[in-house]
Order: sequence, then structure tokens, then C-alpha cells
Amino acid sequence: MTEDILEIERLTAGYVRGLPILKDVSLKLARESVTVIIGPNGAGKSTLIKAIAGIVRVTSGTIMLRGKDISGILPHEMAKHSIAYVPQSDNVFRTLSIIKNLELVLKNSRESTSQRIEELFSQFPIIREKQKEKAGSLSGGQRQILAVAMALCNRPEIILMDEPSAGLSPKAAQGVLEFARALTREGVSILLVEQNVNQALRLSDYCYILAEGKNQLDGMASELLEDPIVGQIYLGGKRVVET
Amino acid sequence: MIQGLLDGVLVGSVLSLGAIGLTMVMHTLRFANFSHAELLSIGAYVALVSDAVFSAVLQPLQNIISPFSMTWALALSIPVSLIITGLTAVAIDRFIFKRIRDNGEELSMVFASFGVALIIRNLIGLVFGLKTQLYSDDIVMAIILSTDPLLLIKPDQLLVLGITCIIMVLLHLVLTHTTFGYSLRAVAENPSLAQVVGVNLSKMVTMTWVIGGGLAAAAGILYGLNNQISPIIGKNLVLPIFAATIVGGIGSIYGAVLGGFIVGIASSFALLVLPSGYSPSVPFLIIICVLFLRPNGLFGEARV
Amino acid sequence: MIGVISYLVFFTTIAAILAIAVLGLNLQWGNTGLFNGGVAAFFGAGAYATILLGGTPQGEHIGGFEIFYPLALAGGALCAGLLAWMVGLLTLKLRHDYLAIATFGVAVAFESFVRNTSVMTGGALGLRGFERPLEALIENPFLYNILFLLVVVLVLASVYVFLQKLLHAPFGRLLRAIREDETAAQSLGKNPSEVRLTAFIVGSVIMGLAGGLYATFYAFISPQDVVPTLTFQIWAMLIVGGAGNNLGALVGTFLIWAVWTGSGWCLSKYAPVEAQIYTGTLQYILIGAIIVSMLLWRPQGIFPEKLVISQSGD
Ligand SMILES: Nc1ncnc2c1ncn2[C@@H]1O[C@H](COP(=O)(O)OP(=O)(O)OP(=O)(O)O)[C@@H](O)[C@H]1O
Ligand SMILES: [Mg+2]
Repeated sequence: MTEDILEIERLTAGYVRGLPILKDVSLKLARESVTVIIGPNGAGKSTLIKAIAGIVRVTSGTIMLRGKDISGILPHEMAKHSIAYVPQSDNVFRTLSIIKNLELVLKNSRESTSQRIEELFSQFPIIREKQKEKAGSLSGGQRQILAVAMALCNRPEIILMDEPSAGLSPKAAQGVLEFARALTREGVSILLVEQNVNQALRLSDYCYILAEGKNQLDGMASELLEDPIVGQIYLGGKRVVET
Repeated sequence: MIQGLLDGVLVGSVLSLGAIGLTMVMHTLRFANFSHAELLSIGAYVALVSDAVFSAVLQPLQNIISPFSMTWALALSIPVSLIITGLTAVAIDRFIFKRIRDNGEELSMVFASFGVALIIRNLIGLVFGLKTQLYSDDIVMAIILSTDPLLLIKPDQLLVLGITCIIMVLLHLVLTHTTFGYSLRAVAENPSLAQVVGVNLSKMVTMTWVIGGGLAAAAGILYGLNNQISPIIGKNLVLPIFAATIVGGIGSIYGAVLGGFIVGIASSFALLVLPSGYSPSVPFLIIICVLFLRPNGLFGEARV
Repeated sequence: MIGVISYLVFFTTIAAILAIAVLGLNLQWGNTGLFNGGVAAFFGAGAYATILLGGTPQGEHIGGFEIFYPLALAGGALCAGLLAWMVGLLTLKLRHDYLAIATFGVAVAFESFVRNTSVMTGGALGLRGFERPLEALIENPFLYNILFLLVVVLVLASVYVFLQKLLHAPFGRLLRAIREDETAAQSLGKNPSEVRLTAFIVGSVIMGLAGGLYATFYAFISPQDVVPTLTFQIWAMLIVGGAGNNLGALVGTFLIWAVWTGSGWCLSKYAPVEAQIYTGTLQYILIGAIIVSMLLWRPQGIFPEKLVISQSGD
């Protein structure tokens, strides 16, 4: 396997002091890979993504990006570290127009804003058509596309996506995942949280299973897909029990 | 009747300016700031002091800008007061509200804001005395717009309206035409997403206080021009300003502008039917009506 | 000597009455997280209604129904509850700023109402000439005051026990659950806004009860007694004592009441005469400073709430 761009070691983090949600979580994201995190509701998947993005307070552990510890970065400095984050919900500004949403993300960019937006529009024609409309008027799928476009604005090397396919039709969900796959060919590494386990495993390289804020299992996606235990958990709905 | 409308619009312009800052702060920091109206008092008193200083240092500044009662010294004091009050608001946040937020006691901020209001209001009383004061002792004659029905307007009142309009147009341009304006609206809508897309939240919070404080200072000075300056300006205006934000919908800047005028006009009409002793309760009645008819205000969105 | 005792009785009576109101606020703020910016209005509603219901008719005034005293007191408390029901119904489903503003507004409106509705409230002069229960039978005023104090302490103790029982009942757990995690509480199948409304009303009834006792003790109530100062004092008592902890609330009450009366006494005795008009101003600054510095440096109060962290597993 190629080298890891992001390496998380024994991370403990949470929202309230003294109440950690993540306990000693470790994770590696290989360069130009799609790595997926799965787990039951409330497992701490979103919290892990937020901790990387600097939104959730990290109490111990390290988040190494290209060999440098970035735990405790300020969320608004993510772009400087070439990280982009697509939140699980409320991931566009509904009261602003589509073009303003994009301009806002590009406000610190050194590139020409209009040129970059033009590029994104040709990549996602559907949002070009509606560029003057409020983002709140978009359909769920279109909103998700806008959110992804916003994440791409500053040409990140790592994209953190929290359930990008939630609420989409199976076809649209497939589209989003395939798009993520395609991005890795342009040098982007992707860390993904997914509920559509089957679909996600088919399209990713590596997979982590999280439950109750702890690592449970991890392995190559293709192997986990064959794994009878994983199959049983996600078909029988049983929780992973710590050994 | 028309006179009532006119008076209402005047009061309304003061309330609007106060409510804009309040609604911004309430929305980004999620607490009802009961000390906001004290920023109006601070603004009014800073202008009073600065007016005296300018007049003493440069005699010619004592000349009146005819036909208003305002002197050049007071005109110069307006920007001074806006800046000082804006910075005071930032300082209060730094030393008190921010520290309480950082302690994770967000819900307690409303108590703190009351405490801050009590301290500011009474310190002003201690320093400047409890009596009322005026920017100018000159009485400027009112212009008679019509004799039947009798309609009077003072040049100062036109000045107040003019300044309010200019400030609001400027604010509108900033909000709709600058990246800063968009960032501000983004923060108001979804602070955590705003951070994610690269908006420096603490810088925006600072700017919100600067703008809120500045507008409050403008409101306080304009109030002082039309009425008297006293330490209880804040106490008297806190509820009407809150009413304006609720009418407009908490978080909506344009709603706050409209809400201010609605509350101003409604209060002035209420005087026609209610004995004047009841007027302090009019904003409350307005709040109750709005909550009953349209809980999220004219432009507000339901809580997310 | 008798003077000192008599003052102590007086001091303790007022402090105990205020403590009842602080317990009411603790149920709202400490246990449920509901901000009440208009304590004075609920206290005042109880006070005025008690006197109107239990007093003797006076001239042209509305009121003076001469109702049996305990019923009048209960009626007063009920009035406070009614006021709370109205405000709560309109605001408890909205974000928390609305409750803060509306309760503050209630207090402003209430004060202006009692100041101006002379036919009912006696206007700025207030309501006088209330005949205190049993006063005609007990001739010695000192003895009467001691008996009154006993009754107040008894009421305080009952309220205290009632609230402690309530907090340890399932309802108390529900309140904490709602305060800490609304969505989780919702998933338990309870409607959070209904539970909060109940807590808000019960708290306000308790404040109304305190108001009724207060007016009875002085046999007099005026707008001066329902000014916002009262609200600030009661908050300071709760914050200093420790929100969420009923015992702390009691200690906080006596402490702040001692500081308040003590500072007033000192200022009137030692401050120069010209400065006397600033007594109130200085006391306000003191209360404001106490509230702010507690929140900055000891937000949990002197007696922190015993946190029961309901965490599964481990
Ligand atoms: N803002 C918050 N403040 C406090 N606790 C939170 C917050 N957000 C989440 N939690 C808690 O953290 C835990 C993990 O939540 P998280 O959102 O990370 O789960 P998740 O694995 O993403 O679940 P889902 O599949 O439902 O998205 C939960 O117990 C949740 O209650
Ligand atoms: Mg999640």
C-alpha cells in the first residue's frame, strides 16, 4: 500500500469536558484511497470527522497530517492544510444564492474566483443552471452536489465526507460514491462515513468499523465484504461486542 | 393621527438601529443580551463628553449647523462615539461574555448580560449623576407642516431620519455587496458551517459587536437629540428594542429594521387609546401578539 | 436585647419568604434550565391577589373579598401560576431567548399595570389596611411576629420537602433529561415542552406563594415591592447558592439578603449625606458585580449541584 497521508493515533475527543465520545481511536488514510468508516448510530463517526476538522475538542492523541500533528487546528484554517469537509446535514447556506455559496468558500483563495467557479460549473452543470437561486430551493441531491462542489473549491488533498449519500435515491447515492472514487484518480484522498454499507464497501479501499466510540474492526474493504461476521452484524443488526 | 405616525417613525428609527445590532448578537451568540440597550446610553454619554471636549478645544466648533440644534462639535462626536462604543462592546465580550462561553456556560450568559447592564447603567449614574442632560440648550422652532390638522416637525427630527436612512443604506450595501457581508450572513445562518468554509468565527463575532455597538451608539445619540440624555435610557429602551427583534424575527436584520418602525409607530398610536402610564407595557403587548400570531416574527426562521 | 431579637425575627422572616421564591426559581432555572426574567411579576401577582382576595372592602376599590386567609393565599399563588401558564404557553416551544424576553416583559407590564390601575391596585400608593390573620387575637406584636416566622418557616420547609420529593421522583429525572438533551428526552415519548410548562408553572406558583406571604407580613403591597430589583436579588441568591441545589439556594438567600441589608445599612450610616441618593445605585452595582463575578469564577455556586451523569456502559 502507498504511504498514509493522515494518521490518527489513540484519539480521545468529545463535546463536554470529562465526557469523551471517542476513546483511543486510531485510523490511517492512505494517499489517494477511499477509506470508509461504518458503525451504528451514535458510534461517534461524525464526531471523529469533526475532530479531524477541528470542530470537536481533542483531549489526547494525535492527528498527523503528512507527518505533522494538526490536532486542535481551528476549523477555518482547514483549507490551509488542504482539507475539506462536507458535513452530514446543513452543509450549504440556504439563504445565500448558489454562486454566493461558492464565492464564500473561495474568498481566501489565491486563484481567480470566477475562473474556478466556471470550472466547477462545467463539472456540475446542474448547479450552473440554478446559480442565482437560493441554495435552500435546491433538491436534496442538488444540495449535496453543491456541498461537494464547495468542498472542491480550494483543491483539497483530503476530503472528509459525512454520509454524502444520506437521503439520496440509490442511483444518486451510487453516483456520489463513484464520483468520490473518481476523485482519487486526481490525487485526492477521501475519508467517508457511510450508512449504505454494501455500496460503500464495494467502492472503497479500506474500512474501519466504529462502535461506542472505539475501534472495533478494520480491514481491506473487499475482505470485509466477504467477512461473515460483518455480514451478520449488518444483516442481523447485532451490535459489536468488545472482546 | 398623522402626528402620531410621525412621532412613531422617529422613535422607530432609534429602535431599528438598536435592534439591528441586538438581533445580530442574539443570533450569532444565541443569547438574549439584556445589556445591549446600555450601549445606547454609552453612545449618548460618550458623545456628550466628546462634544464638550471638542467645544472646549476649538471654539469655532461651537457654532450651530443651522437649521439644526446640532453643533459642529457634536457632529464630529458622532463618529468618535460610534467607534468608542463599538470597541466597548468588544471589550465587554472579551472580558465577560467570551469567558463565560469558553467555560461552557452559554445558558448563563443571559444572567451575565443583566449583571453587565446593572453595572453599566449604575456606573453611568454614578459618574454623570442621575439628572437628565441635553446636548444643546438652544430651542429650535418646529416647522409647521400644516395647521389643520396641526403637524409639527423639528429640523432635528428630519436630521435623525436622514442619518438613520444613510446608516441603513450603507449597512445594506455592505451586507449585499461585500464578501464581509456574506460572511456575516453565513455566520448568522450557520456558524459552524461558516467556520468550515473558512470564515474566522471569532473575528466575525468581534465585527458583530463593533457594528452592533456602533449602531447602538448612533441610536443613543439620535435619541438624545430628540429627548433627554439620562442613565436610564437603556432601561427604558431595552424592552422596545427586544420587541422590535421579535417582531422582525430574531436573526433577521431587515426584520429588525421593520420591527423597530412597527414598534415605534404602534407605541405612538397606543398613546392615543391608553393612558400614558401604561406605555411601558406596550412593547410587551406587541410581543404577545406576535408570539400568538406569528411566533417566528415577520422574517424569522424556525429554530434549527 | 429585645430590639436585636426583634430585628433578627424580622430579618429571618423576610429571608425565609425570599427563600421560598428562590426555591421556585431553582425549579425553573436550576433543574429545568428555564430562564425567568420576571420573578418580580410572579411574586407580585401572588402578593396583590392575596391581598385583594383576603382583604376587607375599601371604598370604591375592586377587591376586598374577605376570603378565608389560607384560601386567599392559595388564590394568590394560583394567580401567579395563571400568569406563568399564559407566558409559558406562548414561548416554551420557541428558542430560549423568547422566554427570557417575554418573562422580562411580563415584569415591566405588571409593574406598569399595578402603578396605573388605581381602582384595583391602589396605584402608586399600593394596597393598605390588610387585616392579618389572627392578629386581632394575639395582642403582643412581638409574639405575633414570632408566630408568623414559624408559619413562614413551616411553609418554607414544606416547599423544600415537596421539591426534594419531586426531584427524586421520575418527574425530576425527566426535567434533568430535558435540560441536558432535549431530543433524547423526546425519544422517551415525553413531550418536552409540556414538561417544561409544568415546571415553569409550579415554580411560578411557589413564587406567588412567597409574594402572598410577603404582602401578608407587611399587611401592605405597593409597586415599589415588585420592581426589577427583586428579580435581580433572587437571581443573585440562586447563583451564589448554586443553581440546581436546593440547600445551596437557601444558604445563598440568607447570604445575599445579609449582604443587601448590610450594605444598605452601612451606606446609610457611613456614607456622606450628599452620597446618600446614590445608595441604590451602589447596591445595584454590587448585585451586578456579584452576579457577573460568580458566573466568571464560580459558575456552579457555593454548593454545586450533585451531578448525576447518566452514562450507559463502562
Ligand atoms: N453537539 C453535540 N453535543 C453533545 N453530544 C453530542 C453532540 N453531537 C453528538 N453528540 C453525541 O456524541 C455521540 C456520537 O455522535 P455522532 O454524531 O458522532 O454519531 P454518528 O456515529 O455520526 O451517528 P449517526 O449515524 O447517527 O450519524 C452520541 O452519543 C451523541 O449523542
Ligand atoms: Mg453522524
